[in-house]
Amino acid sequence: MIEIQELYKYYGDRRAIGPLSTSIAQGEVVGLLGLNGAGKTTTLRVLACDLLPTSGTVRVAGFDVVERPDDVRAKVGYLPDRPPLYEDMTVREYLGYAARLRNVPTNDVKRRVSDVFELTEIGNVGDQLIGSLSHGFRQRVGIAQSIVHGPELVVLDEPISGLDPVQIMEMRELVRGLRGAHTVVVSSHILTEISETCDRILVIDDGKIAWSGTEAELSATLKQGMRVSLTLRAPGVSSQAAAEKARATLTGLDGVREVEVLKPAEAGEGIASLRVAVTSDVRDAVCRRLVEAGLGILELSREKELESMFLELLGEGQEQSGRKRRKKKRADAEAAAQVLAEPSVSDKEPA
Amino acid sequence: MRALIIARRELYAYLRSPLGSAIVAAALLVDGILFYWHSGIDQKLLSAQVLQEFFYDATAATMGAGLLLSMRLLAEERQAGTITLLNTAPIRDRDIVLGKFLSAFGMLTLMNLLTFYMPLMLYIRGKVSVGHIVVGYTGLFLFGSAVTAIGLFASSLARSQVVAFIIGAAVLAPLILLWVVARAVDPPFNTFFSGLALHHENYRPFMSGTLQFDRVAYYVMITYFFLLAATKVLEARRWR
Repeated sequence: MIEIQELYKYYGDRRAIGPLSTSIAQGEVVGLLGLNGAGKTTTLRVLACDLLPTSGTVRVAGFDVVERPDDVRAKVGYLPDRPPLYEDMTVREYLGYAARLRNVPTNDVKRRVSDVFELTEIGNVGDQLIGSLSHGFRQRVGIAQSIVHGPELVVLDEPISGLDPVQIMEMRELVRGLRGAHTVVVSSHILTEISETCDRILVIDDGKIAWSGTEAELSATLKQGMRVSLTLRAPGVSSQAAAEKARATLTGLDGVREVEVLKPAEAGEGIASLRVAVTSDVRDAVCRRLVEAGLGILELSREKELESMFLELLGEGQEQSGRKRRKKKRADAEAAAQVLAEPSVSDKEPA
Repeated sequence: MRALIIARRELYAYLRSPLGSAIVAAALLVDGILFYWHSGIDQKLLSAQVLQEFFYDATAATMGAGLLLSMRLLAEERQAGTITLLNTAPIRDRDIVLGKFLSAFGMLTLMNLLTFYMPLMLYIRGKVSVGHIVVGYTGLFLFGSAVTAIGLFASSLARSQVVAFIIGAAVLAPLILLWVVARAVDPPFNTFFSGLALHHENYRPFMSGTLQFDRVAYYVMITYFFLLAATKVLEARRWR
């Protein structure tokens, strides 16, 4: 359904995305996950033909977005992060307008509008002005306009943004309801949101696809870097001895990569603190082994939650590019300083 | 035709919002006062002269209303984010521009048609020809279409309606005032500048009931030029 090859998009001198290559099969529900500014919205806008790429090839349903934009637009439904709603129209009028704009034959407009009323459960506000609707209903109307013409591809940019927990659950249901009839691309910066609704996740960072796979694969990847903090007590020995005993007990255990002794988190005889780096989720095995060795566990916690580990994953990439930027700035500044320090031609000439 | 779908929605928006009605009402009020001034107080004028003055004065209201009606066309869509609906629908940019233009021009035409009772009174009570009235209105509509196209072009450049209005006025004012430049320069430049002026040289024949096709062509070209420019602005924005 979607083929993207070496896509670049620049805003002036600033690279927003690229090089970005990926493909999405018909019927897939794919989540585009990334931090703000990672390039999600730009990618989606290119898919919806709202923006044209600077270079590279993007084909949607077999049509190139540069050469055949109208054919692409006819097959795509797009909900931007801010739904494009006319507040002076009623929901019914607005959806009729959106349908007519997108080539729905006049005779079919009423039926299509009724269908999306049912699917998005907005029939009860059909004759209300859009300006009077709550945020949740506006999002629903936004989704309704994106599917009113029966597109093959539905592109949703942060559809849960600003919704309350109940509305988020309803929106998830709505997005799941699109499965089957459409290929769906949803963007979000919230991992759990994407994992709840999508078959596959594309992690986008600094305008590139940093990672691609299912939610299970992503979790496994992220958990490889999981660290567990432990506080233990060994009766009748010093803290140092307790820590060494725990280290010796855990070293070599399947799934344990590294054991680091920390400063004891609490005062008291025989109390020790450790940080254990694991390659998989072996918290239960760690506890069992320690207890069998006669060490009491006072506290155990995962040092990072999945979400924050994901952010760290992206953050590292950003930090790297940030370091590059800082390095370049420093080099530029040094070069400029050198130029200023060199005497100019007129300086060299005698007065 | 997709442009008509857009034009219909925009006309509907004008009619539903108080702004559209307020602009039309204010323009009609100005037209009425100026007509009363020439026909009622200044009794020395012949009815044909009053009609001529009416068509002259009507351009002021048309100019103001044309800019005010067109300033929102694309700027408001950008500000509200609704331009995305149009940009991602299978519509050419030229159809978006044409639809927007037709709605504002339609509203302006409606406004000018509502002034018809004034020439009608002159026709009944005075001595004016139907041809004079028809040609005068033709000129007024052509002038209105040029102003609307300029306003629409300005609206395509800005995100704020106020900025769009200022840009529109900044483009319109020099085009109107070219006749002053024409007076200040020697031949052949005076002919060149007066031929480019949006008012005076190009509009006066319509006021006096003379239909000149080169004047018609001038207004059509101005309209086309600014609509094309607005289309190019929309196209360029996708590549920015």
